[in-house]
Amino acid sequence: MRDHHTRNPSERPTMSLTSPGRVLVVGAGMVAHHLAEQLVTRSPEGAWQLTVLGEEDAAPYDRVHLSDFFSGSDARALTLPGTPWLDPRVQLRTGDPVRSVDRDARTVTTRSGRVEAYDQLVLATGSWAWTPRTEGTDLPGVFTYRTLADVEALRDWVARRTEELGRPLAGAVVGGGVLGLEAAAALQKLGTSATVVEFADRLMNVQLDDGGGEALRVLVTGLGMDVRTSTGATRLGAAADGAVATMDLSDGSSVPADVVVFSTGVRPRDRVARESGLAIGERGGVVVGPTCRTSDPSIWAVGECASFEGECTGLVAPGNAMADVVVDQLLGGSATYRPAADGTKLKGVGVDAASFGDVFALTPGALEVMFADPVAQTYRKLVVSDDARTLLGGVFVGDTSLYSSLRPMLGRPLGADPSAFLAPEGGAPAPGPDLPDDVVVCSCSNVSAGTVRAAVTEHGCTSVGEVKKCTRAGTVCGSCVPLLTKIVNSTLESAGVTVSNAMCEHFAMPRAELFALVRRDGLRTFTQVVEAHGTGRGCAVCKPAVASMLSSTNAGHVLEREHAALQDTNDHVLANMQKDGTYSVVPRVPGGEITPEKLVVLGQVAAEFGLATRITGAQRIAMFGARIDQLPAIWRRLVDAGFESGQAYGKSLRAVKSCVGQAWCRFGVQDSASMAVRLELRYRGLRSPHKFKVGVSGCARECAEARGKDVGVIATEKGWNVYVGGNGGFTPRHAELLAEDLDDDRLVQVIDRFLAHYIQSADRVQRTAPWVAEYPGGLAELRRVVVEDSRGIGAELDAVMAEHVAQYTDEWRATLDDPAKLRQFVSFVNAPDTPDPDLVYAPVRGQVRPARAGDDVADRNPVIARTLEVRS
Amino acid sequence: MSAWTTVCHVEDLLPERGAAALVGEHQVAVFRLQGDEVVAVQQRDPFSGANVLSRGIVGSAGDAATLASPMYKQVWDLRTGACLDPAGKEPQDLRTFGVVVDADGRVRVAG
Repeated sequence: MRDHHTRNPSERPTMSLTSPGRVLVVGAGMVAHHLAEQLVTRSPEGAWQLTVLGEEDAAPYDRVHLSDFFSGSDARALTLPGTPWLDPRVQLRTGDPVRSVDRDARTVTTRSGRVEAYDQLVLATGSWAWTPRTEGTDLPGVFTYRTLADVEALRDWVARRTEELGRPLAGAVVGGGVLGLEAAAALQKLGTSATVVEFADRLMNVQLDDGGGEALRVLVTGLGMDVRTSTGATRLGAAADGAVATMDLSDGSSVPADVVVFSTGVRPRDRVARESGLAIGERGGVVVGPTCRTSDPSIWAVGECASFEGECTGLVAPGNAMADVVVDQLLGGSATYRPAADGTKLKGVGVDAASFGDVFALTPGALEVMFADPVAQTYRKLVVSDDARTLLGGVFVGDTSLYSSLRPMLGRPLGADPSAFLAPEGGAPAPGPDLPDDVVVCSCSNVSAGTVRAAVTEHGCTSVGEVKKCTRAGTVCGSCVPLLTKIVNSTLESAGVTVSNAMCEHFAMPRAELFALVRRDGLRTFTQVVEAHGTGRGCAVCKPAVASMLSSTNAGHVLEREHAALQDTNDHVLANMQKDGTYSVVPRVPGGEITPEKLVVLGQVAAEFGLATRITGAQRIAMFGARIDQLPAIWRRLVDAGFESGQAYGKSLRAVKSCVGQAWCRFGVQDSASMAVRLELRYRGLRSPHKFKVGVSGCARECAEARGKDVGVIATEKGWNVYVGGNGGFTPRHAELLAEDLDDDRLVQVIDRFLAHYIQSADRVQRTAPWVAEYPGGLAELRRVVVEDSRGIGAELDAVMAEHVAQYTDEWRATLDDPAKLRQFVSFVNAPDTPDPDLVYAPVRGQVRPARAGDDVADRNPVIARTLEVRS
Repeated sequence: MSAWTTVCHVEDLLPERGAAALVGEHQVAVFRLQGDEVVAVQQRDPFSGANVLSRGIVGSAGDAATLASPMYKQVWDLRTGACLDPAGKEPQDLRTFGVVVDADGRVRVAG
């Protein structure tokens, strides 16, 4: 196993056969960071010196997640893991690029005139953003999208220009590739429109086939982007003040463009290498061999500036692999570089698209198996060898859940009929823990399944977290973590290590086991529970879990003296914390029905307190920006008007979504709205291992989207069908049929038993979808237990739910009636009348949001802040 | 360290729960631990920038009394301010503030 792909640096002793002496790295990007980190890690005692010289002012940052700049508050969101710069042997100098290399003298000269000598030189100069020679690319308001400086300038321009023009900007992106789409999404986040112009006939034309490109166009258009394919930008026109204003297209049309981003590809930055006489590839880039040496034996090149076999890469994973090779070679090893298959995943745009391998089925005899679902807006394709056994590539749009599990299988037998993977549900199980050792699990950090296993068996790692730290697997993009977890756990098990299913360091058993003990012993407080069955004083994992158990066993109000200290802040103040530390307020609106009078009250309260209002996905109204000290006054008004807590903050029932049903609808066959109200009032406040949602549809048209809920009820001519285990969110799943044609009371009984059984036996923060999927004996057994009462626990489950219903009280009403509980709702214990002075708001579309750096107008008073936006 | 600000009475603090206090220009999160020990750290969560740490969950890790951020769940040692679990980010420690509880139960914070 001499190949670097299959070996982790920590698997072998540190090499000290050769000292690389003075190592100089030109370029301070992600690959330089990785190289420095690897050198420090692999040679903790070596007597070398490493100097990294960069052009940008910032220390190396996570360029892959550049678009996160617009969702985080600042550049800190882009920090890379590891700090090699703290090692005294390592020096990082930013803001002073290398201008020339003198290979004879073995020195480089920087822009500031500084001369640095080297024994080994590593070129890691990366790429530059290429823009076509379109007329007007030099106008103010035209940007590229590659560096932190680019995105900062883009943000500042949009803010300034929006103010100058007094209206939202028209944004345009030239280039419909991965980065172009990220840039378009970033423009939308900045409040501009986004036209995407792509010269090819589809978006992401390098990574997606026709079908995938079309599916992506539909999804992206749904995000409000104006997609123009098969056309190019021919000319940018200026406004009277000289800034860009229009973009002419090759199809003869013209679009408004107050801000333009070019994302038309990158080119290797090879000027310094070229001028120093190193061999340069035909299509640019410094020519390197498998050792990553250039034509000068003391000069190496890694990452996007290196041309290997005539190709330059545009991704970070191969660059990191090259850096690993160079570090190994510098330390006297003999690792060589072998390109791994690239895969690409779209990030941060709001739609999913990914592909890997032979996307266009160019391999002779290759077969394509595809599944397109225009209703669910998904497109999935596998490319397999002519015997349909070996996986050659894949394209996934709309649902990329198969991407991370199938990509490691590239070039290997699939083990099942390819169509089985693509079927909408069920299907063949994704590959799991039994992957061959040489399969790369994490391609960002080049970690194979064998390395992961060795981290457990040879280096004593006992958790996914330790394996991540030891191997760096899963630390870059994170998409392999589910697979990584499976491999780590199965290796631990087969190594005879008991896989800990302890909740945390304080409780050695899983939630269901502890819950059974709590119920058996009738424990009522955390202290009783931890003294009987645990150690220490708990943590953020076990305390809320125990609080939920105590609540499910009706041990009293969640803010009773000792319970209060167990709750997450959301449960503690009965509201949902937002990013600035204020809270959202979401009263219950059972079944989505609300009277005009109550709507008026919500409007009055929101206007008076300066809260931003939104209709939520659960058919209710959320009000954002309530300070902790305002919550009681707001809720006093709401409770007086007949509202109660919506538990939008709790691991409990959220809402029951319904359609209007038979009462009004021409097609309804049952009264879905009344059933939804009945169910919501029955299960309100019910604490559970995770939040759960319910939907009720009045006919098979399913307007309430009930099958996307934990419990879905759909009317039939004869009664109700009930489905369980559905989920939206991160891992969407349709609920599966549990029972058919139930009358009203029987329906309620079946749901009672399902929920009570789930609450008693699920793991901590396990939603119903995985609980149902992993139920021993499967759905058929769950049906026997819940519907047919095969274990004779029906009466007990019924009793649990009956007690919940009998004990229900509105948490907010109870809080308002208790001065002791209200004392917790203050800004400062010694200055209750002084609100948090750091809370500041900015206007957005007539409402407020938390202010952030760069906002032109803002005010501490949200009632004033929302009026500040006087322009259009 | 000469100025001490009385922020509340120890009985105003719920055991293993925090309270925010203004100490001069500083927003401080004050916690009452088991055995009525009182400690204080900065109120500002360094990872989110929001002033919320008094609303985190108090617990233990070995012998250390810990605080978990209510925002992104980073964990600190409440007595030293050391970041024990950065939740995948670069660790950032908390500033701690001296606290005394006088004979009458008044909680006084330095700074």
